Amino acid sequence: MENQFFVDSHHLSPEALEKKHRLETEPTSRKSHMEYLPGMEIIESDVCQRVLSHMNSYDYSAYTARDVRAALDHETCSVEDFKALLSPAAEPFLEEMAQKAHRETSKHFGNTVYLFTPLYIANYCENYCVYCGFNCYNHINRMKLNREQIEHEMQVIADSGMEEILILTGESRAQSDVAYIGEAVKLARKYFRMVGLEIYPVNTDEYKYLHECGADYVTVFQETYDADKYETLHLLGHKRVWPYRFDAQERALRGGMRGVAFSALLGLSDFRKDALASALHVYYLQRKYPHAEMSLSCPRLRPIINNDKINPLDVGEKQLCQVLCAYRIFLPFVGITVSSRESESFRNGIVKIAATKVSAGVSTGIGDHESKYSGKEDNAAKGDEQFEIDDARSFEAMYRDMSGEGLQPVLNDYVYV
Amino acid sequence: MHNDKLIIGGHEFNSRFILGSGKYSMKLIEAAIKDAGAEIITLAVRRANTKEQENILDYIPEGITLLPNTSGARNAEEAVRIARLARELGCGNFVKVEIMWDTKYLLPDNQETIKATEILANEGFVVMPYMYPDLNAARDMVNAGAATIMPLASPIGSNKGLATREFIQILIDEIDLPIIVDAGIGRPSQACEAMEMGAAAIMANTALATAGDLPLMAAAFRQAIEAGRKAYLSGLGRVLTRGASASDPLTGFLRD
Repeated sequence: MENQFFVDSHHLSPEALEKKHRLETEPTSRKSHMEYLPGMEIIESDVCQRVLSHMNSYDYSAYTARDVRAALDHETCSVEDFKALLSPAAEPFLEEMAQKAHRETSKHFGNTVYLFTPLYIANYCENYCVYCGFNCYNHINRMKLNREQIEHEMQVIADSGMEEILILTGESRAQSDVAYIGEAVKLARKYFRMVGLEIYPVNTDEYKYLHECGADYVTVFQETYDADKYETLHLLGHKRVWPYRFDAQERALRGGMRGVAFSALLGLSDFRKDALASALHVYYLQRKYPHAEMSLSCPRLRPIINNDKINPLDVGEKQLCQVLCAYRIFLPFVGITVSSRESESFRNGIVKIAATKVSAGVSTGIGDHESKYSGKEDNAAKGDEQFEIDDARSFEAMYRDMSGEGLQPVLNDYVYV
Repeated sequence: MHNDKLIIGGHEFNSRFILGSGKYSMKLIEAAIKDAGAEIITLAVRRANTKEQENILDYIPEGITLLPNTSGARNAEEAVRIARLARELGCGNFVKVEIMWDTKYLLPDNQETIKATEILANEGFVVMPYMYPDLNAARDMVNAGAATIMPLASPIGSNKGLATREFIQILIDEIDLPIIVDAGIGRPSQACEAMEMGAAAIMANTALATAGDLPLMAAAFRQAIEAGRKAYLSGLGRVLTRGASASDPLTGFLRD
């Protein structure tokens, strides 16, 4: 069963609706997803070709229990071993994988878990990505925070005790240009030790500028590494250009960022192939940029405003756990972030196996931290959420719970140099 | 044994066990220090660079020498900036220089470490460089003003023990500064072996952090390090590596 993504709003004009339907039903009406748009930087890199050649030839049904056994017995995990661990043949070995993943996590991270929170500063978007609450045809309250509002949100978050922030925008260069994001980063440096960005992909010189403003980590989700599938989900806008997105992390590193984060959105396509490609994207970039810090996320599809039926299809908690254990065994040194899309019980369990970072005090809406944190209602405008979260624990509750799990919550392990 | 002090940059220590602090609960730090009998504890400046209510600095008892490290530095310039920040944060004059241009194995960059050692030694720091055990690099670090040399036993966090044994022995034999074996020591027996070889001290973190009972493991390390030190000082007995010695001496033919 595929997800039913297409939802029409009666707020759309007949012309807009007609265009929307055409994009949805006539593939030829859509621009090529492999062609760069004007202004998009093209870099020379063989990383993409390496990742895709593995992904395209990956036949996970060919792996057997024997391959999985061998992978678990090897001291270092090869690409072939990793493929076995991601295969259905590894499902009966989940507990053993978890034990091995736990040992690797302890060796590299000890008993620590990092906490952070996202801050959405704008939800305008120029793309039509059919599964996303911010998509340009979805009728939601749009908002972009001004400087004072951003600072107020940051104060509220910083007062809660949080020291690491991830600044997000919808993907609209027109509404949230690089200068606007740069100003938000400069403000964030006043209140937080660590500032990361999850914004639309930009060129190397723009990453360099944002780094100089004080950001040091860039997260870009590829959503799916299957470019043909990607084309059917990202119907309009610059986000449609698949290869420009793929090279975003490499541009960010060339722009001087300390670290980059990767992810596929599980549930969009074949999750085993997407998990393979995500990890190999990290693997090959790490070989090319050995100094860079790398991290992986593993989000699954969630319901959005106006479509509560969106779900992660065949990616259950067991499959998600398998992917995360395989990531940890293959890439023991990378950070693994598990977001508030997942439940409290899942997050409490996975931090003891493979995850090293969790978000807390999360809102995926715009300008609503004060009301969400203090319960204080105000009449100020709010922007709607990108997706529904599951684990709504506050910073304090998360800190307490992680300590209760025997872990040391870490708010900062970073210095901007 | 009573006068057997570890001297680093003119400071005297009785304990030869340097504790890491980065990978376990702060509440365990005090117990670990006590059971390890440690007098020096490392801490990452980037971790101490926090506003949080539970600052690691608050958990370290009086009288313990802090050894801030420059983890996170990718080159000499960044290490120097982090060391200066450590001083501003009130962490004292000791600094363990850690420079890594590799996030996978966290192997130290000796060339950059030599540069940072020189700059920081000139600024009055007691510089303890973490390094890959290479004699030429170690000599350069000595000339740059290092107070000790800290070679790795095996990749950090690996608990694999003395993978670089032969090269650490060369440093012990050739370098006049204390050689402190750092990184990769996973068991008390490995720590003991390094001390028997003549290492001046042992630094461990992951081996403790991943132990089932951290304070008990700290005590085990303490005893192993002390045992290894005593063995070294007493002079290890003859060890026959290739069977018995020849009963007919090869030089028996010599007449005067």
